[in-house]
Amino acid sequence: MLEKMIIGRYVPGTSFVHRLDPRSKLLFIFFFIFTVFLANDLLSYSLLLAFTFFAVWLTQIPFRFLFNGLKIVFYLILFTFLMHVAFTKGGEVLFSIGRFHIYEEGLKQGFFISIRFFTLIFMTTLLTLTTSPISVTDGVERLLNPLNALKFPVHELALMMSIALRFIPTLMDETDKIVKAQVARGSDLNTGTLKERFQAVVPLLIPLFINSFKRATDLAVAMEVRGYRGGEGRTRYRQLAWQGRDTLVLLVLFAFSGVLLYLRMKG
Amino acid sequence: MAIVQGERVNFSYDEEGPRVLHDVSFTIDRGKWIAIVGHNGSGKSTLAKLMIGLYLPTEGSLKMFGEDYTEQNVWNIRERIGVVFQNPDNQFVGTTVQDDVAFSLENRGVPYEEMRERVMEVLRQVSMEQFLDAEPHHLSGGQKQRVAIAGAIALHPELLILDEATSMLDPQGREDVMRTVTELKETTDVTVISITHDLEEVLLADEVLVMNEGKLLFQTTPEEMFRHGKKLEEIGLDLPFTLRLANLLEREEINVAHELTEEKLVEQLWTLYFNK
Repeated sequence: MLEKMIIGRYVPGTSFVHRLDPRSKLLFIFFFIFTVFLANDLLSYSLLLAFTFFAVWLTQIPFRFLFNGLKIVFYLILFTFLMHVAFTKGGEVLFSIGRFHIYEEGLKQGFFISIRFFTLIFMTTLLTLTTSPISVTDGVERLLNPLNALKFPVHELALMMSIALRFIPTLMDETDKIVKAQVARGSDLNTGTLKERFQAVVPLLIPLFINSFKRATDLAVAMEVRGYRGGEGRTRYRQLAWQGRDTLVLLVLFAFSGVLLYLRMKG
Repeated sequence: MAIVQGERVNFSYDEEGPRVLHDVSFTIDRGKWIAIVGHNGSGKSTLAKLMIGLYLPTEGSLKMFGEDYTEQNVWNIRERIGVVFQNPDNQFVGTTVQDDVAFSLENRGVPYEEMRERVMEVLRQVSMEQFLDAEPHHLSGGQKQRVAIAGAIALHPELLILDEATSMLDPQGREDVMRTVTELKETTDVTVISITHDLEEVLLADEVLVMNEGKLLFQTTPEEMFRHGKKLEEIGLDLPFTLRLANLLEREEINVAHELTEEKLVEQLWTLYFNK
């Protein structure tokens, strides 16, 4: 099940959404979160769903792929739905089982909250599916740039993020090697009580930690020798280009929020 | 003109700790390819660290381009040196090949347009231009080291230091890296210092510094060095295949001249057979 998890994964592509600037996508998600909370009735929630599906269609990522990848999340949504159905009171009683009543309001709230949850998860997943982690880092760095004035170490933070991303596969490979080495020495990782299994992990973690420190030292030396002296006076190789389509996407979102706001005021 | 000049260089990592380098004096001339060989713990890697300015000599002086390292000039001197380290993974800073090559350029504030050109230029020099967007875990060790070379030469350094750059590679990767350096040496006037314990690599060099237990044993040409075959084996260095074979043949009373290349040895052997 975990292999199918797609939260945080990146699927390379050339769709409209893929080609957007990471900054516009990050801003889009940020404002979308507020937009979701504007919806309050059947019409506005339907619009919200339609909007989300339209975004999915734009990414050209097969809906089934997305759906299968988010299965775990659907259990969570289902759980939330049932909680609302069971415990929210108000409106007419739809039907009762013994002393247990299901109210109209509970069902409605359950549906709405589930849609809210669903659209939020879908949209944020679309962000990571269509944007490489390093682009996300670039986007975050640029968006946080004004914080530099407050002495917030934006560049260092972004560099840490990119190095962490760079080393994830390396450390995965290493973990794999250590597991094999320990298994070859008779370590048993898959059976035994929870405590025993936990203890079997320790001989994996220790070499991994020691090697990571060694890597960190090597990397620091390599960076220093290649002239790294912090963010000051550095130029950037990775360029971001804000284009018409980025502005367009944000305008569409604002227009959509306006519609939802109008519906809310009217209703 | 001397590019590196060591005069009675002494070094220990701790004040009370053992001496890692004892009175090492040598001169490395511009435009040469110098190999520094020695067994583990012979002090050859420490010497490299001093040349990069990561440490300063405890006693004596080590002049790079005629200057001793000081706090003020360390960044200027380093700008003229490119270094490739041992572990291909631990020196790959960028998330893709081109980002990694650009890292040293970014650090020096090179403008974007110039960076693009330089990255392409150096990647072409190491024949890695078709891997622009490849991520490090999809590359072999040899490819990663070639990217590291590209990163090191992106600033057109006068001196390229290879600190055991091939010791973690498979034979194919090693050959590719050495071929890249050889081509680089032919097309530019860069000085190369390769630190290694592989005596076959030494054959490519103009001069060799043999280190043992923190002392400089001798500085000479590769051909001359291999005349001291016994001595080299005593200090724990593996002789190249051709020399080992010649030594073994000698024991069987088949005398061949001690040649360094396989072709020459083969030639000797078959003529020997026909002359019988």
